[in-house]
Amino acid sequence: MSADLTREDVIKVAALARLRLTDAEVDLFRDQLAAVLGHADDLASLGADNVAPTAHPFGLTNVLREDVIRPSVDRDIVLAAAPDAQDGRFGVPRIVGEAP
Amino acid sequence: MRSALDIAQSVRAGGSARAAVEATVAAVAARNEELNVFLHVDADAALAEADAIDARVAAGEDPGILAGVPVAIKDNICQTGVPTTCSSKILEGWRPPYNATVIDRLRAAGAIPFGKTNLDEFAMGSSTENSAFGPTRNPLDPSRVPGGSSGGSAAAVAANMTPLSLGSDTGGSIRQPAALCGLVGVKPTYGLVSRYGLIAFASSLDQIGPFAHSVTDAALLLEAISGHDPLDSTSLPEPAPSLVAHVNDGVAGKRVAWVRELVEGADESVVASVEKAREALRDAGATIVELSIPELRLGLSAYYLIAPAEASSNLARYDGVRFGQRVDGEDVTAMMEATRTAGFGAEVKRRIMLGTYALSAGYFDAYYGQALKVRTLMIEAFSRAYGEADMLLGATTPSVAFEFGSKTKDPMAMYLSDVFTIPTNLAGDAAISVPVGTGEAGLPIGVQLLGPGRSEASLFAAARVLEKAEGRS
Amino acid sequence: MSLPRGWEMVIGLEVHTELLTKTKLFCGCANDFGAEPNTNVCPICLGLPGSLPVINREAVELAMRIGLALNCRIQDSTFHRKNYFYPDMPKDYQVSQYDVPINTEGYLDLPDGYRVRIERAHMEEDTGKTTHLGTSGRIHGAERSLVDYNRSGVPLVEIVSGPDMRTSAQARAYVAELRAILVAVGASDGRMEEGSMRVDANVSVRKSGEPFGTRCEIKNVNSLRSLVRAIEYEALRQIEVLEDGGTIRQETRHWDEDRGETSTLRSKEQAEDYRYFLEPDLVPLAPSAEWRANVAAHLPALPAALRRELSDLVGEVTDAQADTIATVVDLSLHDYVLAAVAAGVPVTLALSRAANEVASQIDQRSQLSTEAFIDTIRRENAGEISATQSKDVLLTVLATGSTPAQIIADKGYVQMASDDLTGIIDGIIAANPDDWARFVEGDPKVVQFFIGQVMKATKGQANGKTVTEILNAKRG
Repeated sequence: MSADLTREDVIKVAALARLRLTDAEVDLFRDQLAAVLGHADDLASLGADNVAPTAHPFGLTNVLREDVIRPSVDRDIVLAAAPDAQDGRFGVPRIVGEAP
Repeated sequence: MRSALDIAQSVRAGGSARAAVEATVAAVAARNEELNVFLHVDADAALAEADAIDARVAAGEDPGILAGVPVAIKDNICQTGVPTTCSSKILEGWRPPYNATVIDRLRAAGAIPFGKTNLDEFAMGSSTENSAFGPTRNPLDPSRVPGGSSGGSAAAVAANMTPLSLGSDTGGSIRQPAALCGLVGVKPTYGLVSRYGLIAFASSLDQIGPFAHSVTDAALLLEAISGHDPLDSTSLPEPAPSLVAHVNDGVAGKRVAWVRELVEGADESVVASVEKAREALRDAGATIVELSIPELRLGLSAYYLIAPAEASSNLARYDGVRFGQRVDGEDVTAMMEATRTAGFGAEVKRRIMLGTYALSAGYFDAYYGQALKVRTLMIEAFSRAYGEADMLLGATTPSVAFEFGSKTKDPMAMYLSDVFTIPTNLAGDAAISVPVGTGEAGLPIGVQLLGPGRSEASLFAAARVLEKAEGRS
Repeated sequence: MSLPRGWEMVIGLEVHTELLTKTKLFCGCANDFGAEPNTNVCPICLGLPGSLPVINREAVELAMRIGLALNCRIQDSTFHRKNYFYPDMPKDYQVSQYDVPINTEGYLDLPDGYRVRIERAHMEEDTGKTTHLGTSGRIHGAERSLVDYNRSGVPLVEIVSGPDMRTSAQARAYVAELRAILVAVGASDGRMEEGSMRVDANVSVRKSGEPFGTRCEIKNVNSLRSLVRAIEYEALRQIEVLEDGGTIRQETRHWDEDRGETSTLRSKEQAEDYRYFLEPDLVPLAPSAEWRANVAAHLPALPAALRRELSDLVGEVTDAQADTIATVVDLSLHDYVLAAVAAGVPVTLALSRAANEVASQIDQRSQLSTEAFIDTIRRENAGEISATQSKDVLLTVLATGSTPAQIIADKGYVQMASDDLTGIIDGIIAANPDDWARFVEGDPKVVQFFIGQVMKATKGQANGKTVTEILNAKRG
């Protein structure tokens, strides 16, 4: 199954992850990822159909907090870390396409 | 270097915290350039904190069980106003506006957080060779790696710069460097120590834990930082357990399992150390049983799907918008791509790609989905094992510290170093590595004790037995 | 609007509502509309490295109220990450609920009884807000954008209907009723214009009896009126495409209110792959039986029940009265009416004053206490002040927050002495002998003329009932 990993798969995945790869990197990553996935193929042989995934190892549930206001962080401190700030907001280059 | 216990006892009785920090500053100055342990040091801030501790003691206060003890902090743990990089270019220059809970807990116990130590970038690696700011050298043999990803924190203690340090363990990143550097290292039960402020690698596997020279010191540090945190939804509900008080409980009547799969493939000298440990425990009154847990062999594959999958999502936030480095682009997508491409190293990119693929449409069931089921099978297998034994014994790593560059050609070779440590992370259980014997070139070997969730006290007691058998009090 | 040539539209609606909690879903920052940008933010809702979410109990409470009000099954649920990159998303993933949502399999009955299925009503976090710098303020053609994360992390419930609506009128009625329900249970303030309630419409067309066609999702609908226009435009657009022999591409389309059309956003190369997986930083929600029972026991009355209660009080309800009742319930003014009725005021009067005067200044309603409302219309009912005066008192209380007694005193709204009134009436009778003759003969319409004249002469200070009594007494 992992042998099916193609260059196109790698390029598609890189785009999904917002990474740009050189041609050489695409080939290298294809080989390396295929090797790791090859090891993962041994998992497929397990008949784990009726096994449920584990949510938390010790079965914790219902961790909640009260609806009480806590201090926010000073905007100046927050914006000081921003690569680009304007009018109290974070600046970004133009956005192409609306949110999904 | 004095133990943490000694320093704390002394400071609480009126001894100088400043002197303890001065010793640290001197030790760092002596060897940091050679070893590249710390990425950031603020000696003045630490000395000021030490002075404040001394003043409080003089005023009749008790600062806590770690009074005046310098503790090195892995650079993936947030500290207000202190540069925190995760050894990555993408976070170069970032100063968090808040403290991780463990930092607050350290201070509440009177400890002094000291510097930020080097790691594999975003905690992904087993040698600290993946740091964007150069590797850290093993203080015992600088031509070799200290292990990873918490290589810097291990080296800080091994080089006697600080008596204690904090690291993080996702697949072995505390235990493996502890073994390679001759230290005690603990991966606590999942949820025992708050993850709030720990920069996430794999959320369901990460835990912060201690490095120390002695079992008692490790217990002291772990006790200080454990306990429920309302800011971490996955944190266990109970307060910190009592650990130091049980360190000398011994192992009489305990069942210890020799697990075949936890020594399979290890070097001869490593296996010899585990055998030595087995005998020491038997001599101390433990009953030895033999177990086989074949499910453990699936750990590596499951881990290298689950961890990268979670990481691919956790690392999405590094997009150049709100903090960290930014590389400009003609539109926001191009900017994000350029930023991440320039900011992340090869191993991080590899794991992000692996994780993205494992989660993607059409492949989820076969990869990530299947890995989660395997995880359940492993938890069940451990549970059965703990019906027959109180703790499991095995190797921590397959070999002693290896030379730089010896495992970097093939990622799989590096991943295999984690084969004995990964299963505990998947199960969420506790494990400790303690030095027993030496191997090639006199380098230390770590032996691992694994226990069910919340069994730290018994694990410490067993590790203490091994420590005494090695002639270390 | 009915479609031509045997076509039928199929509509499903996704409604997102912000919850009326004090703080955000995962952190203690204030959930506050209109604050200065980036002043209600913290490491958690900014997605700073190392931050972790903890669920707001009140958000769960309100989500369960919504579920119960929509007849859903409340179940143990989990959270998932929906992964995609966008600058208004601090973590570049959104925490939502995917395969096991808190509320499932419910329904909403429209006022006319038509049932729309509710597939799910799940919890999720809101994103930040972007403003675009460029000529139009629209995203196309913008040079740069600015992001405000005040809204990031605000708790949302997304309510997904089945594809059960067949007309734009039904869609409108669904949204109106849903809003009334959300407001009635205290979960939301239902302000579409402020964005605290957002509607996306999924629209497809088919010939009656045929399988469903391909649907398009329409976004950017900001009012009930836009909803109707957008749905009708889209249905006709799809029909035209299909009748021309084309096919409908499944896509998201943007409603442009000014131009009155939907358009495709520049389509991306590949569809989004959200790579949903269980959120490892949260643990499952399993509300206890006690908690659920508590929510059910304290669930406020729902609009349908309130409309029934008011109708029963009226008795034989005309269409106009049904509209009045619907308005009163829609605007959550029923408390005024029910309290007034309990205090002995006729229901029709209470309904009228609530649906007209109070409704007209709905944003000021906090200035008008129930007591003040009752005080005013009780005086009107008793004849102490006229209808005109009563309306003015209510509007003044709403505008100023003063008391009815104070306003009546200030404005001199004292009952006209009946001698003075009789005198004025005599004068009007004398000036209009032909009309008076018709009134005496029993023409019922003429009484309005006389009342009108008296009102003019007394500048509205006469009490209509009293005038009628006096006229009738004079007729004999």
